[in-house]
Amino acid sequence: MNHNKELLKVQHLKQYFPIKGGIFGRTVKHVKAVDDISFTVYEGETVSIVGESGCGKSTTGRAILRLDEPTDGEVKFNGVDLLTMSKSNMRRMRKDMQIIFQDPYASLNPRKTVRQMLNEAMEIQQVVPRSYRNETIAELMETVGLKPNQADRFPHEFSGGQRQRIGIARALSVNPKLIICDEAVSALDVSIQAQILNLLKKFQRELKLTYLFISHDLGVVRHISDRIIVMYLGKIVEIGDKTSIFNNPQHPYTKALLSAIPIPDAEKRKERIILRGDVPSPIDPPVGCRFHTRCPFVTDKCREEEPELVNDDHMKSGHQAACHYTVAIDSGEHQPTRELANVRQNT
Amino acid sequence: MSLHAESTAVPREKVESPRVKSIKDFFRRFTKNKPAVIGFFVILFLVFLAITVSSFSRFDIIITPHDPSTVNLVDRFQGPSSEYWFGTDHMGRDIFSRIVHGMILTLGIGFVSVIMGGIIGVPLGIIAGFYGGKIDAIIMRFVDVLLAFPGILLALAIVSILGGSLINVTIAVAIYSVPGFARIVRGSTLATKKLEYIDAIRALGATDTRIIFLHVLPNVLSPIIVNATLYIATAILTAAGLSFLGLGAQPPAPEWGAMLNDGRNHLRDAGHIAFFPGLAILVVVLAFNIFGDGLRDALDPKMKN
Repeated sequence: MNHNKELLKVQHLKQYFPIKGGIFGRTVKHVKAVDDISFTVYEGETVSIVGESGCGKSTTGRAILRLDEPTDGEVKFNGVDLLTMSKSNMRRMRKDMQIIFQDPYASLNPRKTVRQMLNEAMEIQQVVPRSYRNETIAELMETVGLKPNQADRFPHEFSGGQRQRIGIARALSVNPKLIICDEAVSALDVSIQAQILNLLKKFQRELKLTYLFISHDLGVVRHISDRIIVMYLGKIVEIGDKTSIFNNPQHPYTKALLSAIPIPDAEKRKERIILRGDVPSPIDPPVGCRFHTRCPFVTDKCREEEPELVNDDHMKSGHQAACHYTVAIDSGEHQPTRELANVRQNT
Repeated sequence: MSLHAESTAVPREKVESPRVKSIKDFFRRFTKNKPAVIGFFVILFLVFLAITVSSFSRFDIIITPHDPSTVNLVDRFQGPSSEYWFGTDHMGRDIFSRIVHGMILTLGIGFVSVIMGGIIGVPLGIIAGFYGGKIDAIIMRFVDVLLAFPGILLALAIVSILGGSLINVTIAVAIYSVPGFARIVRGSTLATKKLEYIDAIRALGATDTRIIFLHVLPNVLSPIIVNATLYIATAILTAAGLSFLGLGAQPPAPEWGAMLNDGRNHLRDAGHIAFFPGLAILVVVLAFNIFGDGLRDALDPKMKN
């Protein structure tokens, strides 16, 4: 995948939300939702961001599109920095990057028909001359698997899956290059999820789209991704291509996360790593490695030194993990320092 | 590559335009609510009456044969009769004529003050809610200052400064309705702003103006309209209250609140002098309230069935 052109390059992206307090409403602290992350998305691939709730997945997506203004960092799209762009230039750039939201009930204006919605999208970006718009709408409806004559209906007249298709049609209406799917299938039931995912894959092939796929559902991620980014508490802990991450996870957090996927084989015994405790607050994230409060392999070094994303010899190229002990854990040299009561044998 | 290049012409089915459809839907839902329909027709009838009486003297003579301000001391304190439908007051003036002629004043104060209040309050609320931060803080503190005064006291203070007259009462009531509009609109704007479809339209590259006028405003419109109809009722009451206190309409203007005040001294011996203006205020206020409620229900798109 890596021989393709860089489409999106995120560097040192930070998104802090201020917490106001006191009588004068001063900023007392910050929620460090996304804290200095960097990654690159190449043209035509699907990169997934996975992680628990509150780890900053969605915030990353929103920050890239400047739906929330990021605190610091650089987001380069096709080589142009989006964050320093003026509001009006950014509006023009938005044509190339679209977003599909999680909740198909909230992401469509209940007062507008599908035709009005698609028309507005095309009008804002001036992608299709006025006289062709009705044809384009009919065509868009068909591409996403709806009937053209349903265009004059209101969103509440559609089912959840159909609404998500409308959301996709709206995103496609401006001919984007990058689509950020923010939990795009999480609100749908499993059979519909598969339909929508296959639809997304089809468009990727036909329209050469690039996806940044944000999800907590590892099954979905496995189905659709080329590369995977694992986030924990506002940081990237591991990044790599799909097979490498799934077959050879390096970071203890990724291992725990992947062990949660059920295996459809009753014979196979499986080690399930159950993490203790909760995700620490992003207001005062732990010093050193952010995962040290829950990591079974924790040492004093983890509590003091923050690990960098590195590629070790035994990992495939492009696979990086942020742990001091990837090599030592892999070779069995470094054993868990905490009781293993939190590792359970599943049958 | 492009999705739009290979456009296959699909014949568009003949359907009603969505706007016509949504208006039809609105009417269907509104007419289901019988009291609201009655309220609407009462308002319509009163508005019609007020306008014909004050603009066409030919109709005026048919409806109110007695002049509303002609003093006839011989016929003072007359009870309701076929000659004087609602009786006469302490100066022998026909109360029915006075109520009908006072209608334009009352409704005028109600409509004009609420429209004025809305014109100031709605943009303040939308801007405060949409932009937030310092702008929000400044606008809302100003609104809080207005809100801190009890309504009638605020109106009283404004009229005392400007002097007692109908126009000043209207201005006072308008200022008094600004904080209500601003608060309601700000609240709905905050709620609307957080909706994902606003983010979606922003992601499409819409300007703030477009988002405010085409997406936020239609969503806050129903609370605005409902609030406006309900505020008309309050405005009429406040204006009547100010006139009752002698700060509004000056005699011999047939303002209902002032008429109520005239009847105050004769409550025991000639109760009808106060009763009929009071009844008129009640009917108008009630009609606006019921109509406003019905409107609120009908404007909610989720209540479609």
